[in-house]
Amino acid sequence: MNSGSSLNLSSPHGAALTAAEDIQGRSLWQDAWRRLLANRAALVSLVILVIVGFACFALPHFLPWTYEQIDWDRMEATPPSIETGHYLGTDTLGRDLLARALFGGRVSLTVGLLATFVALVIGVTVGTIAGFVGGRVDQALMRFVDFMYTVPLTFFVIILMVLFGRNFILMFLAIGCIEWLTMARIVRGQTLTLKNKEFIEAARAVGGSTAAIIIRHIVPNVLGVVIVYVTLTIPQVILIESFLSFLGLGIQEPMTSWGMLINEGAAEMESTPRALLVPAGLMTLTLFCFNFLGDGLRDALDPKDR
Amino acid sequence: MLSFIVRRLLIAIPTLLAIITVCFFLMRVAPGGPFDAEAPVPPEILANMRAAYNLDKPLVQQYADYMLNLARGDFGPSFKYKDFTVTELIGQGFPVSAQNGLAALVLAVLIGVPLGIFAALKQNTAADYTVMGFAMTGIVVPSFVMAPVLILIFAIGLKGTPFQLPAGTWEGGAFEHRILPVFCLSLVYIAYLARITRASMIEALRQNYVRTARAKGLPFRTVVVRHALKTALIPVVTFLGPGIAFMLTGSMVIETIFQLPGVGRYFVQGALNRDYTLVMGVTILSASLIITMNIIVDVLYGLLDPRVRYE
Repeated sequence: MNSGSSLNLSSPHGAALTAAEDIQGRSLWQDAWRRLLANRAALVSLVILVIVGFACFALPHFLPWTYEQIDWDRMEATPPSIETGHYLGTDTLGRDLLARALFGGRVSLTVGLLATFVALVIGVTVGTIAGFVGGRVDQALMRFVDFMYTVPLTFFVIILMVLFGRNFILMFLAIGCIEWLTMARIVRGQTLTLKNKEFIEAARAVGGSTAAIIIRHIVPNVLGVVIVYVTLTIPQVILIESFLSFLGLGIQEPMTSWGMLINEGAAEMESTPRALLVPAGLMTLTLFCFNFLGDGLRDALDPKDR
Repeated sequence: MLSFIVRRLLIAIPTLLAIITVCFFLMRVAPGGPFDAEAPVPPEILANMRAAYNLDKPLVQQYADYMLNLARGDFGPSFKYKDFTVTELIGQGFPVSAQNGLAALVLAVLIGVPLGIFAALKQNTAADYTVMGFAMTGIVVPSFVMAPVLILIFAIGLKGTPFQLPAGTWEGGAFEHRILPVFCLSLVYIAYLARITRASMIEALRQNYVRTARAKGLPFRTVVVRHALKTALIPVVTFLGPGIAFMLTGSMVIETIFQLPGVGRYFVQGALNRDYTLVMGVTILSASLIITMNIIVDVLYGLLDPRVRYE
């Protein structure tokens, strides 16, 4: 730019030069970002998700009531009111509905993110190794994935949760361990197409080890597909977590999550539908946004699929 | 094709055995037992109770006994429902779950597939977007939100009107009492079927053989039904296979919410009560169903698409 402005702009050559210098190379990611921004539904979803995330993680600190605090003056479901500080009212035990819904969201979102991360790590590791190394290793790993597909995994998560105590860490580990299968298949497929490209051959020619090639060259190139799939896995995990907590097999009191709140709300919906509709609405909104964002990302990162 | 089926069955047996074995040992190594929840009893009585259920024998012996009984179709006694064997409980629960599942399945196919075809034929019109919007809602909103909301509307909101529907009662399976649970159960499948059918139908309509069929002057309706639909149904069948297995073994959520006496509810109750044998029985039942359905799906592939070869 600076050097361009010093040129004689009146001459046609100068103008062409300036223009040429203004053109910057756009990376795949910049392209994808621009396409994503052009997608109204995905963009709105992203904004809503940021707001929901902020509300769940930061807002509870500024509310007059915490999620487990009982308002002893109101030991029954009370309607929303600004004066009492219960902006969405209370549940039948006098606990603040807004604070509980937000805290439940924090737990659900955290489980969603952590379990997806576990699935991501296992899925990408298995997928890249199977695809890149090939041969017997590939056979063995993929047979194992096939086998896992035929197992009713939700049953196993429930059995695990019941047997080893319903704790938070086990929960996201167990869910992560059943959600990596599809990720591994997708990543393996991508790795197979990358494996014989020239840049991999070049990396090998300069003496890169298998591990180094996988980490430095394969993983960054499958990232696009992985990100799309991650956005679609998070809502699935949130669903599983809420499903378990709804049945009383997930998160334990005094902790809470969306599933548990929906269960509590369903029990008292005849008198206070709010108690059901607030957590259910918040969760549904979040799930919708993740799905739209995932679809948008797929369009943005995979232009040939449009 | 016969050798294909036999081979698949031969693979299925070790798979099922592995599932049973893992399940069995997980249950036994875990801390706590099925008698924890009850009022503390003197150690002698506890020892007797454990003996009555064979829990005092060495683990390997227990495993061998269980497998032998299983081979005879005996899932053992339930730890919590004292007077029943697991076989009896499943015998009572499975018909309930299966009937509801089958009804939901028929409903889902009857609504979902035509909706998908309709949306595909009207691709990118307002009608298409409406159908897909509903489908997205059906997929995203989980059954444990949908069911209470529908109860709120039909059982509570419409109380006293002719549209009121009972919820949370079974009454031996009277028609009225099945409407809401079956509808809730089928919603998510309607949504998925509509989406899958639409996508595969659009794909099928672009194929050359469809163009050929149109070019030789066949009416559009015939082309859609006879040519495009046949290929378009392949992904539908893939989805339905495991779907049927899950439906027949009962939705845990729906059966819990509506308090239906099916195997899904037994599983949840069993898990909450640490009723080892009951939980294992239901798990084995669904695993076998899922594996069977997967084999049937693979066989159907070949019937729907002659290009598929059994290897």
